[in-house]
Amino acid sequence: MKLTSLLASAAMVLGLATGAVAQDKTKVGFVYVGPVGDGGWTYEHNQGRLAVEAEFGDKVETVFVENVAEGPDSERVMTQMALNGADLIFTTSFGYMDPTINVAKKFPNVKFEHATGYKTAPNVSVYSARFYEGRAVQGTIAGRMTKSNIVGYIGSYPIPEVIRGINSAYIHAKKVNPDVQFKIVWAFTWFDPAKEADAAKVLIEQGADVILQHTDSTAPQAAAKNAGNVITFGQASDMGEYAPMPRVSSIIDNWAPYYIERTRAVMDGTWETVNTWNGIGQGMVGIGEISDAVPADVKAEALALKAAIASGEHHPFTGPLNKQDGSAWLAEGEVADDGTLAGMNFFVEGITGDIPQ
Amino acid sequence: MIRLEKRPQPSQAWSMATPLVAVLATMLFGGLLFGLLGTNPFLAIETIFWEPLFGEFAFYYRPQLLVKGAPLVLIAIGLSLGFRAGIWNIGAEGQYIIGSLTGAGVGLAFYPLEAWYIFPLMVIAGAFGGWAWATIPAILKVRFGTNEILVSLMLVYVAEQFLASMSLGLLKNPEGFGFPGSRNLQQYASAHNAEIVTGTGMHWGVVAALIAVIFAYVLLNRHMLGFQIRLTGAAPRAARFSGVRPARLILMCLGISGALAGLAGLFEVAGPAGQVSIDFNVGYGFTAIIVAFLGRLHPVGILLAGALMALTYIGGEIAQGQLGLPAAAIQVFQGMLLFFLLALDLLTNYRVAWRKPEVA
Repeated sequence: MKLTSLLASAAMVLGLATGAVAQDKTKVGFVYVGPVGDGGWTYEHNQGRLAVEAEFGDKVETVFVENVAEGPDSERVMTQMALNGADLIFTTSFGYMDPTINVAKKFPNVKFEHATGYKTAPNVSVYSARFYEGRAVQGTIAGRMTKSNIVGYIGSYPIPEVIRGINSAYIHAKKVNPDVQFKIVWAFTWFDPAKEADAAKVLIEQGADVILQHTDSTAPQAAAKNAGNVITFGQASDMGEYAPMPRVSSIIDNWAPYYIERTRAVMDGTWETVNTWNGIGQGMVGIGEISDAVPADVKAEALALKAAIASGEHHPFTGPLNKQDGSAWLAEGEVADDGTLAGMNFFVEGITGDIPQ
Repeated sequence: MIRLEKRPQPSQAWSMATPLVAVLATMLFGGLLFGLLGTNPFLAIETIFWEPLFGEFAFYYRPQLLVKGAPLVLIAIGLSLGFRAGIWNIGAEGQYIIGSLTGAGVGLAFYPLEAWYIFPLMVIAGAFGGWAWATIPAILKVRFGTNEILVSLMLVYVAEQFLASMSLGLLKNPEGFGFPGSRNLQQYASAHNAEIVTGTGMHWGVVAALIAVIFAYVLLNRHMLGFQIRLTGAAPRAARFSGVRPARLILMCLGISGALAGLAGLFEVAGPAGQVSIDFNVGYGFTAIIVAFLGRLHPVGILLAGALMALTYIGGEIAQGQLGLPAAAIQVFQGMLLFFLLALDLLTNYRVAWRKPEVA
């Protein structure tokens, strides 16, 4: 008896919580996998949140919880936000995928936006950025700048997004420097300054004079600075405090326009499920200022490539391209389709080393 | 001059009182910290301790306390047996991971068959996995005299590598578009550790934790093994003379704590977490060490300590979401709890005395 009444009141409160909020402020929640001060991935999502606040002022209220572990903890944090009247919740890590879907089922009136996943629902959209477009520009600069012809790459997890980045950087480095080699270290973390610094040191000791990273902290930048004569690129965020050396450029995730657009859609009642994958052209991927450490002709070449990608004239995955095992992938002039890119689980020809299985 | 004098007998009163005093001191200094961060300290403390239990949405948070507390209690009970006998299993996190892998592995091997016996088999496999992982440091200690603290701790990192490998390879969801992570066991009825009564948070892991508390209580108070554990902790030499075989005790204590940690992993992966993923482990195995000491290595104390820890986690999340407190402040708050507990522990064995400095 007690339990049923408890459940009934629970259902009632759920209904109230999701129904009664639309009148005044629109409440937008953000779930972060790292700390907002990571200087990379989470930092940029938080910049997007602040942009939403700046855009709508009194009409929105934003809340966030940082350092949320993927799994049951994230499910609870999302539920907590929904219970407290959030209208729109951005869940900003791949591992929040199933929890987002679970919570979305319980709160059909709350809209959810999951970053970098692939599962959608009537109230769940997914969004990601074509970071690999930025990697093409990085690869070009890396190929031109390396003297040892060894480029070090700190991978986070061997998931399609990271593999795409490695392939794209490699293809474009190889194009301008046929002798280039990539050395890849898997850190198995998105954010762990100590591990990232170790990975950078190992790569530098193996002769790498360019370090690319797919992890979120600035620790590799610091390691490169200490080693001297090693160049790096900011990841997710500009990491401009390390310019002009070692950081010579960066890939900047710019979530602000998307977050503002989606918040507006909730306010107007025009929100629909979408699957967004935007790149340099739409402004979701930015290329940070290329510093003076890069010669003018290389800078011009990189900017020309950036422009060509933005206009759609150049696709970073254009044939002829073979897979690592030598089998044919793309014929001359053929471009990769989004489906293959989304699930990419192979290296292109020329990269040594295996994808951890 | 203030001096510490060793008490002839450890103080019974202080032994009971220190956890309470530690909690109060944590509230006081934590409130101070929150105040310095610009948050109303009373509101923050109320949000952390009151909101999950009696707040507006307590109907949701109360079951979550069980979900969060159960693995902590289950693991801590196992650890406390060894800790009492001076056998230090620091690697419960690794045993938790391996238990989840063996348990989930058995379940996934049957997919998509639906049968009643799958979940019980997974439970056995989970316990076995954790037991086997903990038996490694046990055997190395018995045979070669290695330090079980180091070996069990190092095996956590080995287990994490296994977890990554399994998420990316053997147990990867074949329908997952190449992304890491296994199939979701929540969508596989025979393997799902579902809530026994919907909406209560009461899953089999919670039941197992309660059984473990009772089991440990009976073991320690009514059973020969429990007596040997207590005796070895209190007086190792006397224990030797009274016929305790240290090797057997090491194998038993590490084995039991490993099996319980493995069970916790299995219940978590088959229930609240749902899938094997690279970041599956979130530190229950390490937090359980705090819980074990916070609960004075006593089964009932551990039950209360686990509930308290769960409360600070969930209340901490609410404080983050509602008051904008940074995650780091919440972690400092939790850290204070252990710090004060250990610091105040001194009073159990020592007393503070005023005495004039002696003239040499």
